[in-house]
This record gives sequence, C-alpha cells and structure tokens, in this order.
Amino acid sequence: MSAVATETTGSRVTSALGSFVKARETGILLALVLIVVVTTAKNPNFLFSNDGFRDLLLTPSILLLVAVGQAIVIITRNVDLSVGSTLGLTAYLTGRLFIDVPGIPIIVVFVAGVVFGGFLGLINGALVAFARVPALVITLGTLYAYRGINVLWTGSDRINASDMPKPFLALGTQSILFIPVLTIIAVVVLIAAGWYMRNQRGGRELYAIGSDPDAANLYGLNVTRRVLVAFVVCGALAGLAGVLYAARYGTVNSQAGSGFELEAVGAAVIGGVAIFGGSGTVWGAAIGAYLLFTINRALPILGVQDFWQRAVVGVLIIGAIVLDRLLAQRQSRKLVEARDPE
Amino acid sequence: MTTTATTPDAPALELRTISKAFGAVVALSSASLTLRRGSIHALVGENGAGKSTIVKIIAGLYQRDTGDFDLDGESVNFTSTAQSKAAGIAVIYQEPTLFPDLSVTENIFMGRQPTLSLGRIDRKLMRSQALGLFARLGVRIDPDRPTQGLSIADQQIIEIAKAISLDATVLVMDEPTAALSGVEVDRLFAVARSLRDEGRALLFISHRFDEVFDLCDTVTVMRDGEYIDTSPIADTTVDEIVRRMVGRDVTTLFPKQDAVIGDEVLQVSGLTEAGVFHDVSFGVRSGEIVALAGLVGAGRSEIARAIFGVDPYSSGTVSIGGARVPKRNPAAAMRLGLALVPEDRRKQGLVLESSVARNTTMAIRRSLTRFGLLFSPAENRAAREWASRLEVKSAALDTEVGTLSGGNQQKVVLAKWLATNPRVLIVDEPTRGIDVGTKAEVHRLLSRLAGQGMAILMISSELPEVLGMADRVLVVREGRITAEIDRADATAESVMFAATHQEVVA
Repeated sequence: MSAVATETTGSRVTSALGSFVKARETGILLALVLIVVVTTAKNPNFLFSNDGFRDLLLTPSILLLVAVGQAIVIITRNVDLSVGSTLGLTAYLTGRLFIDVPGIPIIVVFVAGVVFGGFLGLINGALVAFARVPALVITLGTLYAYRGINVLWTGSDRINASDMPKPFLALGTQSILFIPVLTIIAVVVLIAAGWYMRNQRGGRELYAIGSDPDAANLYGLNVTRRVLVAFVVCGALAGLAGVLYAARYGTVNSQAGSGFELEAVGAAVIGGVAIFGGSGTVWGAAIGAYLLFTINRALPILGVQDFWQRAVVGVLIIGAIVLDRLLAQRQSRKLVEARDPE
Repeated sequence: MTTTATTPDAPALELRTISKAFGAVVALSSASLTLRRGSIHALVGENGAGKSTIVKIIAGLYQRDTGDFDLDGESVNFTSTAQSKAAGIAVIYQEPTLFPDLSVTENIFMGRQPTLSLGRIDRKLMRSQALGLFARLGVRIDPDRPTQGLSIADQQIIEIAKAISLDATVLVMDEPTAALSGVEVDRLFAVARSLRDEGRALLFISHRFDEVFDLCDTVTVMRDGEYIDTSPIADTTVDEIVRRMVGRDVTTLFPKQDAVIGDEVLQVSGLTEAGVFHDVSFGVRSGEIVALAGLVGAGRSEIARAIFGVDPYSSGTVSIGGARVPKRNPAAAMRLGLALVPEDRRKQGLVLESSVARNTTMAIRRSLTRFGLLFSPAENRAAREWASRLEVKSAALDTEVGTLSGGNQQKVVLAKWLATNPRVLIVDEPTRGIDVGTKAEVHRLLSRLAGQGMAILMISSELPEVLGMADRVLVVREGRITAEIDRADATAESVMFAATHQEVVA
C-alpha cells in the first residue's frame, strides 16, 4: 500500500467518521426536538404553559445526573446496576439528617449525600477491580444489597415534605430566570464531566480502558485505579441525585429510585454510549435521558395508550443498539476493503 | 575486563540465568541476555524457544521466578508495565496493542499527553508531535482517524512512533517485520539504525535471517527456554545459527514414511474472502501430507477455518471426493469426513474443565447415544480405546483435561477428531508448545495416518516440521499461495524466501 493512498482513504474515513459521531448525538437531539414540536403542535401547553416548560427541563434532570455517572462507567466497559438503590439510600439519608439533626445546613446534607453515594460506589468499584468479577454480577448483587439495607433502615417509615426545611424543598421546584435550579445543577455537572472526559488524561484513559483493557495494561495505564474512580464518581452522582430526589418529590419511602438503574443504562445507550465501552459521550447520555422522559410525557398527549409507552422505550433502546451495530459493521467492512488490494 | 555498576561499560540491560514457569510448563529454564548501548542485538530461536517470554519479563508483564535482571548495572524488579516504561524500556509486541476506538494521535500519547493549565490536554501540540514522528519515520498516516481498520503495517508504525516518543533507552521489537512489506521494512531499519546511533540499545527478534544479518551486530540464540550462545554477527553464519537453534539433526526428528499416494480427496478452488485470503486453490491426495507454511498472520489458519466452515468466504468452492462442502456448516463438513484440529487447543480444541473421556468423545456424541441418551460406559469405552491408541498419559479417564500437559492435551484433541474417522484431517500447529518427545509421537502418528490413506493438511510455523513431514509445501504469504514446493526441492531457504518475498512466482 502506498503512503499516499493511506493518507487519502484515511482522512476520508476520518471525516466520515467524525460527522457520523456528530450525527449520532445530533440525531437524538433532533429526535428530541421533533417530539417536543409535534407534541406542542397537538397541545401547546406541553411547551408554552409555565408548568409545561418547567417540567420539560425539570423532570429528566435527576435521571441526567445518574445517566452521566452511568455513561462514565459504561465507557470503561463496566456497568453499575446499583445506582437506583444508591439513589434510594441517599434520598432517605437526606430526610433522616433533617429529622435527626435539626438545623443542619443544607450544604452539609448535600456533601453527606455525595460522600455516601461515593462510598457505595467505592464498594462496587473495589469488588469489580479486585475480585475480578464482571461488574454486571457485582452491581446486580449490590442493587439488592443496598435496597435491602434501605428497607431494613426505613421499614414502613416515610419521609414527608413536612420533615424537611422549606428552602431545601424550594431547590426542587424553584427556577432562576425560568430555568429550574435542579436543571442548572445537572447541567453544571454535565459540563464538568464532559470537559473532564474530553480534555483530561484521566478521562481519555477511561476511554482507552474500555476500548481494549488488555492493551491498557500493556500501556502501563493504572486500570484498577481508574475503574475504581469511575465507580466512585458514578456512586457520588447517584448520591447527589438522591439528595435532589428528596428535594424534588418531598416524600421518600424505601422504594425511592427503583428502576432508575435501567433508565440510566437506557439513556446512555440511546445516547450512543457503546455498551462494550470505548466510545460515546456523557453529552449523548444526557440527551438520552431527556429523550426517555420526554417521550414518556409526550406519548399520552399524542394519544398513545399506556401499554404502548413502555414498548416504545424498548423499541428505542433496541433500535439504538441495532443501529450502532449496523453502522459499526459497515464501517469496519469499509475500512478493511479500503486497504485490500483487490 | 571488569564491569562495575554505572560505569559507561555497564550493559544497558542484562538478564542472567532467568527462569520462568507457568504451572507445570517451563517457559524459560536458564535464559541470559546482555544488551549494550549503541547496538542492535538479535534474539533468535525456534517458535516456543522462550523469546516472547523474555520480552514480557523485560516489559514487566511477567515476573521472573529466579535469576538476575539488571538495568544500567542496577538490579530491578518490575511488577508492572508502567514501571518498565518509566525506566526507559519500550516494547513493540508481535501483535500491535492499540485502542481501536481512539485516534492515531491518542494511541501514541495515551497516558502521557502534553498538557496545558488545569491538566487540559494540548491537542494541537499532540497532533503536531504525532505528525513530527511520522515525518521522521517517513510515513503518512492521518493522525485523526481511529486505529480501527488500519493495516498491520500501519499499526506497527504507530507502535514504533509510540516507542520513539517515549525516548526509551532500551527498545525491544518482537518480530516487528512479520507483516511488513519490503519498503516498510527498509524504512523501519533506517529508523532502528538512527536510534542505535543515538546510543540506544535495541533488541530485535525475527525469524528472517537476512534481516538479522542486515541489521544487527550481535546475535543471541535460544533453544527450549535456555541460553545457547551469543556471538558477533560478523563471526557467524546462517548455518551456524540454525544449527544452534535446532540443536539436533533436522531430518531424523520428523520422519514421514513413504505412503501410497492415491486420488485427490480434498479440493479447494478459488477460495476468497476480502481482506483475509485470495484465490486459494489446491488439492490434497490420500496418503499425502501437505503443509501450509508461511509467517504467522499470513492467513493460513483462516483458510483452514474457512474450509471447515467455521469462517465465511465470499467465493470459491471446497469439495471432498467430489462432494461439495457447504459454506459455514462445520456439521456438514464433519459428515463428509473433514476434521480440524485447531491452533489453540485450550480455547478451541478442548473443554478444559471436562474429563478426558468427555473430551475424547465430544465429536462422536451422536453415534454413542442410545434412545437419545448418553451413558457413561459407552463414552468411556470409546474414550479408552482412543486414549490407549494415542498413548494419552493421564491417571484416569475422568481426569480434568486442563490438568494434563500440553502434549497430552494435544493427543486428546487428536483422539477426538480421529474418532470421527475422517478422510481429510486438517491440523493447525499440531506440535506447538509441546515437549520434544511427544512431538515425535505426534509426527509418527500423522505419518501412520497418512500411510493408512488419510489426506492430511498440516499448518505449521516450524520449518523443520514442515520440511520433515510434508510431501508438498504450499507457502502462504498475505493470504495468497505464493509457492508450491515438492518435498525434494523444499529447503528452509526456499520456503522462507517464498514466505517473505513478494516477487516469487509459484
């Protein structure tokens, strides 16, 4: 093969790939916009009423935080199924702190939630990194274990809005310049995570580890530590989401956050994060989170029956994976044929 | 002359009487190697002599069991690849180890990207450095494309760029030229010489003697995990090196008895799969052993797998005794009398956790069943017969296969396939990683099978094995058969030449 041929086919493929990656995220963003537009056309209140606009931004914000953490873990070719349980535990912890420590500063509660979530993530990460058991199995175990602890701790008890201070609850509903506070927090986290994953060595190494763990070892990357950190971050974000969950909904029982793990994985996958790691962005996962929740709210307005709503989400997830697979296959076939002499 | 630590004369890297065992398998028994600055040192030996194990010990991937490992006169104990890297050792492995999803530039600088304030990666600088490295290497690779889909040669170049950017004092290249064309090899050698002139120590592992003599100044020979000899290239010859490598008389070790060559049993014509192999046509007669020779990665195993129906092919035909073997249908291939003993017996040939009996009868399950049920006595009876015929040395039939030695494992795989009573037997690297005694047994067995009229297609990377066993040698280079050499004309040189040179016409 001549060097010149390498260059031209190379750059063509790269530019095609570059636009494809962009298309992957712009694609779902367009889908999101389309749903909002169509639904608004049918019922203008969906967007243009005060509550409509707020709900559109507010509802997916908590899932966004969890999905960003999940995306970081999936990029390393792992998965964290315990995030829903982590969210539940920290949400209950939040309520308990307000009840048991009267007058506790709100910021301390936030820190406690994040640290506790990070600690639960550390347990996951340590088990995955040192026991060398697949993350799927470990976090399936901790999903039940954390929830079990939650049930044991909560019992039939329930945190009510009246147990928590007004300024804290206001965080869950208030807006600054029409943008809900919750959404601002989520977007700040998203920007920080997106920046880290793109511009820091640590972030790039997470991609490298997910792309080929064996090669990462040969490169001398500290795979164990990086994976551990990914799980801690994922847990900490689920912890933050737990605190915000308490603020947003006001009531927390022992089942808070059940099923969030699957929504988070779904959001990441729909957003183009490859389930086998190495590619995708937290931005995609964030848009995926918005798409998931917005569809759920739009379908009833569009007159789709309850039963079909979950099925639509399922189709979306399978469609996203099949699309990725097809595109990847076509891509690799093209790349191979490009270098083949015949 | 005495050399003390950190004098300029101290070798850049020195290994003394290193040993390393994996369970019962001894990879290195007593290996020694001394690399000096400003020198390109060749390490040669047959497949399985322990060269790759040495590389992995130098890289910090394996830890030695016994022996000394000095770097610049100081004893070192690497427990990770990061440590050896930090000590100035760069290793280019046989198989490129890149991240397929990441860009070429990121692959070169992963883990040590240039950064701006706040630890932000300086992408511009990184990219221009990558371009600088490629300019120095005289290649043009798009630094922004993902490495997925790059040719092996280009991937190898990226590995080299990576090693250069590390500014390593010791550079180890484990068969870097195996997949490169002539021009690419010249380019690589020019770079290697300039690195040598900068005072670095290079270790070059290769099976191609012309390259060793062209590039290196010193050569160390290894055999069966042991150090044999080190000598300046100028004072030695290819013949001498080969004699030291083999250490025994080639012809007596691999005896193929003459057999009656009958009709053509296996016919392969025009087999093609884009990017893997092209227009592969040949036949194998009954009583004949045909060897597929060539370098690792030339596409030999892929051809075998396609014939057996494990891998797809886009055009061409395979038939046995005139009957077409359908594509992608190993079960049908087996019914037609085809058997494939795969390359990687631990992963593809055996169920390691299962017993010798289970493994031996794996391929004939169906014929052993009564009313659709499989009873142990029937299984054991069949297994016992084959185990004794092949002299499998195991305590009992219910011994886990994983606990057997490599040679005995290979016998179990052979027994499994011979139990199907095949007309055509394809064996892929039949003696890789097994001891010399068992090797001879396997060769005797193959020879006997041919004598009984079986058609045998043997893939082997060991030249002496190819030359000793085969009635005919087909040389595969980059997915094409580049030469067909009769037993009488086959020599190490003719086979190696066809395996490495483009311009040979069959």
